[in-house]
Amino acid sequence: MTTPILQVQNLKKIFTRNGQSDFLAVDGVSFDVAPGECVGLIGESGSGKSTVANMIARLLNPTGGQIFLDGEDVTKTDVRAVCRKVQMIFQSPQESFDPRRTLGDGIGESLLTAGEPASETAEEVARLLEAVGLSSDFMCRYPHEVSGGQCQRAAIARALAIEPKLLLCDEATSALDVTVQAEIVSLLSHLMRGHGMACLFICHDIALAQSFCDRILVMYRGKIVEEGLPDEVIQSPKQEYTKMLIDSVL
Amino acid sequence: MNEILQYVNVTTSYNAVPVVHDVSFSLGEGEILGIVGESGSGKSTLLKAAMGLLGAGGVVTSGDIWYRGKNLPDLSEEELRRLSGAEIAMVFQQAGASFCPVRRVGAQLYEAVTAHDAISEAEFTDRAAELLHKLRFEDASRILESYPFELSGGMMQRVGIAAAILMNPSVLLADEPTSALDVSVQKQAVEEMCLIRELYHTSIVIVTHNIGVVRAMADRVIVMKEGRIVESGGTRDVLENPAREYTKKLMAAVPKLRLRRGA
Repeated sequence: MTTPILQVQNLKKIFTRNGQSDFLAVDGVSFDVAPGECVGLIGESGSGKSTVANMIARLLNPTGGQIFLDGEDVTKTDVRAVCRKVQMIFQSPQESFDPRRTLGDGIGESLLTAGEPASETAEEVARLLEAVGLSSDFMCRYPHEVSGGQCQRAAIARALAIEPKLLLCDEATSALDVTVQAEIVSLLSHLMRGHGMACLFICHDIALAQSFCDRILVMYRGKIVEEGLPDEVIQSPKQEYTKMLIDSVL
Repeated sequence: MNEILQYVNVTTSYNAVPVVHDVSFSLGEGEILGIVGESGSGKSTLLKAAMGLLGAGGVVTSGDIWYRGKNLPDLSEEELRRLSGAEIAMVFQQAGASFCPVRRVGAQLYEAVTAHDAISEAEFTDRAAELLHKLRFEDASRILESYPFELSGGMMQRVGIAAAILMNPSVLLADEPTSALDVSVQKQAVEEMCLIRELYHTSIVIVTHNIGVVRAMADRVIVMKEGRIVESGGTRDVLENPAREYTKKLMAAVPKLRLRRGA
């Protein structure tokens, strides 16, 4: 058995609101992701999915529990070192790029962080854009000059620049049209196979998670209430909550 | 079926760039019509064109939109304002965002109703509570007394849909009313709109990119691409046996749940 690329153990996050009661957003979550594996995290808004991802990427500090990335404790690792192993792709690609800088600048910065010499950046950016199906002209475009789907491709190129071991996709295709979503999902699955990347795929579209992921975790009110192979979870759900979720799909 | 809303060769442009080209369709009384298509296909523009909401630079350059003998693009702002809400109501993606955050829900709805109708607050409260009750809200009086932030996004969206029909309009124009919602709340919102049609015989146009929503509620569907209608017909016919390449591609891209082994 290979060592998991990601191990999450009894993870907790409490948000404290000014003078008000604390809110337990993530309540003792544990799971592993194997190298190259694609794990779907599904559940309704407010169930804690994004909070889990944000803690893995060190955008938030956990209140309790541990996260091991490639065997190292994330909370005790330098943020930059975490970024070299995990890259995140968000729902609104336009908002994840600096509006005053070109897509090429954004991707280039990622390359510099990865330790690429500045002299080779342009060439490398062009290669990355090509890998996500964009021509090198996109290097000079600004985020507002491209479509949502094109911008999400650029965001994937930026993530690839680091050659991460784990991609965190937080509703990465939820804002896209279905035809564009189909393109992005097939691009992701092609890239994951090619680079041996693992993926934690957060989404609320159960049918998409079933077709794209190797395994599914269902979150509800901060806890993982059910997990298993996609067909297992969706065809014979054990929990009432999962049944309700599946029954709601139109 | 009598037609209540008729689009005849409608072309609209933004800053002289045409975005909807020569579109014609009609909505029958008590009918639910779905308009699907990708972002930028012109579906929302069609609804906005009817209500004079195209904004600065947006204009209906040719064609008519008929509602009960009136051509909507020809009406003055004042005439449209009188129709709006009372006879033709609209619901948007973020109904919660149309509410003022620091005033109670009930007070805001009362204000909207008094713009058209001289009724007392007590009479309004009865009417609103009865409507919410009929639409299967559990605690109508609590909702009316709440501030918007005290209700969940899904609840606010359901309240927004209910609020749109407070004046018992003949037509409800719904622009992506379920797109920001979780699947479970989405289903409730769809059921709410079906119930509205059943109880009040309201004619509904629903614009959405969600094929599942259209399948669940629309009698007929129009598929749009780049400002043109590519296909239209009965919902089942269009979604299950699409005639056009584009519709086939669209349907193939929709993730489908495999509910049975080997299915």
